[in-house]
Amino acid sequence: MDLEALYRTLSLADSTTRVVLLGTGMLGLCAGVVGTLGVLRRRALVGDAVAHAALPGVCIAFLIVGERNVPALLIGALAIGLLAAWSIALVRRVSRIKEDAAVALVIGSFFGLGIVLSQRISERGNAAAGIDSFIFGKAATMIQSDALVISAATLICLLVVALLHKELRTLCFDRAFGESLGWRMGPLDALVMALVAITTVAGLPAVGAVMIVGLLIIPSAAARFWTDRFGLTLIVSGALGTLAAIIGTIASGALPVPDSSPSKGWPTGPTIILVAGAAFFASMLFGPKGGLIAQALRRARLSRTLAYDARLPIDRADSGGRPLP
Amino acid sequence: MSMLGDAISHAILPGLAIAFLITSSRAPLPMLVGAALAGILSVTLASALAAARRVREDAALGVSFSLFFAGGIVLITLFARSVDLDPGCVLYGLAELIPLDTRPITLLGMTAEVPRAFPWLLGALLLNLALVLIFFKELTLTTFDTSLAAALGFAPWAVHAGLLASTAATSVVSFEVLGSILVIAMLVGPGATAYLITDRLSRMLAWSCAFAALAATLGYALALALETNIAGMVATITGAQFALALLLAPRHGVLAKSYRRLNLAVRIASEDMLSTLYRAHERAAREPALDLAEASSLLEPAALDPSDRVVGSRLACWLARRTITTRGLVRTDPAGTLSLTPLGVDAARETIRAHRLWEAYLATNLGLPQDHLHAPSHRVEHFLTPEIQKRLETELPPEATRLDPHGQPIPRADRPR
Repeated sequence: MDLEALYRTLSLADSTTRVVLLGTGMLGLCAGVVGTLGVLRRRALVGDAVAHAALPGVCIAFLIVGERNVPALLIGALAIGLLAAWSIALVRRVSRIKEDAAVALVIGSFFGLGIVLSQRISERGNAAAGIDSFIFGKAATMIQSDALVISAATLICLLVVALLHKELRTLCFDRAFGESLGWRMGPLDALVMALVAITTVAGLPAVGAVMIVGLLIIPSAAARFWTDRFGLTLIVSGALGTLAAIIGTIASGALPVPDSSPSKGWPTGPTIILVAGAAFFASMLFGPKGGLIAQALRRARLSRTLAYDARLPIDRADSGGRPLP
Repeated sequence: MSMLGDAISHAILPGLAIAFLITSSRAPLPMLVGAALAGILSVTLASALAAARRVREDAALGVSFSLFFAGGIVLITLFARSVDLDPGCVLYGLAELIPLDTRPITLLGMTAEVPRAFPWLLGALLLNLALVLIFFKELTLTTFDTSLAAALGFAPWAVHAGLLASTAATSVVSFEVLGSILVIAMLVGPGATAYLITDRLSRMLAWSCAFAALAATLGYALALALETNIAGMVATITGAQFALALLLAPRHGVLAKSYRRLNLAVRIASEDMLSTLYRAHERAAREPALDLAEASSLLEPAALDPSDRVVGSRLACWLARRTITTRGLVRTDPAGTLSLTPLGVDAARETIRAHRLWEAYLATNLGLPQDHLHAPSHRVEHFLTPEIQKRLETELPPEATRLDPHGQPIPRADRPR
């Protein structure tokens, strides 16, 4: 391992490193919090659809604007992403197609359209450069404005979640109760979708379409092993997301690379996902709520109790009045 | 299981990468084995996570395939950047290269140049076809009634696993040519479209194949015409097909559904209008001072007592007004006053009879108080068929079938004309 590089990264000596770390860290926080809402609403894969639908959005925006203007591309991605999320909801409402099929359909057709458009763009002699990076992401080339976009999106999302915390909790766990209180649950549900879409689009340039889904789902799935409380789940998930993003970013610069490889480091987005995955498996193992070890302990305790209770009273007397375990 | 194709086609990336690293060639067999192993592993991981019960199924799938995909990208970036196994072609496929990548095949003394992928895809097609035909009964049963299948000893888990394996195998074989996106689109799109067209599984399978073939042909032609990516175009077409079916399908399409809904709304609105006029006639017979003109103003939706109002949107009311006029059920005298024609009286009697019979039933057999009778009857009057009316009559004491609880006469069903 290149210790000097690691030291340089950790000491935040270069401004590039600071920008990248700020960007990915904020993104991890935002995705962790928003992803929890998505997962609890059973909309984990809607983020996937939004991410894939962003590609045609980027292409359309590119065709309209005519240059690689990042805010314009992001707005295009957000618009088509929201359209994708809305079409999933629409298909589910007006037909008997189930949600997962609708998601797969939207992913396939929107992304197909995106590929068609992006090839048209690159064939017209335009530098399609930059559009590809929306699929796979290039965190290492993140510039200050990217990090600022991500930070702004994160602040907006966190603010919304903080302000509507009570309503969102009701939406996630007892929608009918919320309706009986006269709260408008439909718009609230749409708001969750919009938050997922905003997070997805903000993260596209940094980690890419497929990875952002991992960042939305994995930390919140991991947080479920630590707590049953809604607020705590949000906090744990946000913290896990941030940690995974920061550690992943640092690791991608510091991990060894084979000499034959042309790339200078590990790809940042996938590395972040792998770190998040490690955190998920650690949570699954050690988490107190339904973690594998906790479950095994509980089961062992239960079977001891049962074994003791199942003995005949006379046996129990023979055992010398041993106290119940 | 719709997202399975998505998951598998993303998850096979590391399998491909590892197979490539071990053999350092793009030979099909090791690649297929690697991809299949990775696909099955990812699905197993997802179901193991879902079985832990803390993680829901969709989230488990998401965790599993994004991890696999991330691993694949890392492997490719680190070790295999220089070769033509780049992430892009995994997504887009290489349909353009099929004609360039052929090899001769000799069968029954005839030699033909066929694309390299052809035998693999043909094999997958035949295998899937055979599986579906042989296990059609088992598949149907497990799909629609898993518990019955289990009770009959059909081992639904085996069917499920088989379906999973064949999905994985199909994805793996297809994706080299088509790219993962088209695999997703093709696995779900035509099937979902067929589901909107028909209710029978066998017909759905046939429709699905037809739609898939149509999308492939059309997408290919369009892609050639527009000089763009074939797989992407085909995927777009499958989406467009679905959107069209969603709009136009005969039974489950949006248009068909809203047409049926509008028809019902018009029927209800016109029945409401006729019965309102009928009541006005009755009142006019009792109190000669009452003007029928007042009754026609009752047909304006806003003028009515809410529990009495003509149900339906503005459009439905307008259509209903037209319908009853053109059918000769009402007539308008020069002063603009509406009144029922004899035909209209007959039509209105049916609704009024249903309404008052229901009121009588609610009052006599359920003991509801007088002021709770009208509103429910106003809603249910449109759906009481003659058979139900006969049932109601037999359940009611004879005197209750002549006068409703408000003392109004209940019109008889078989009045001689």
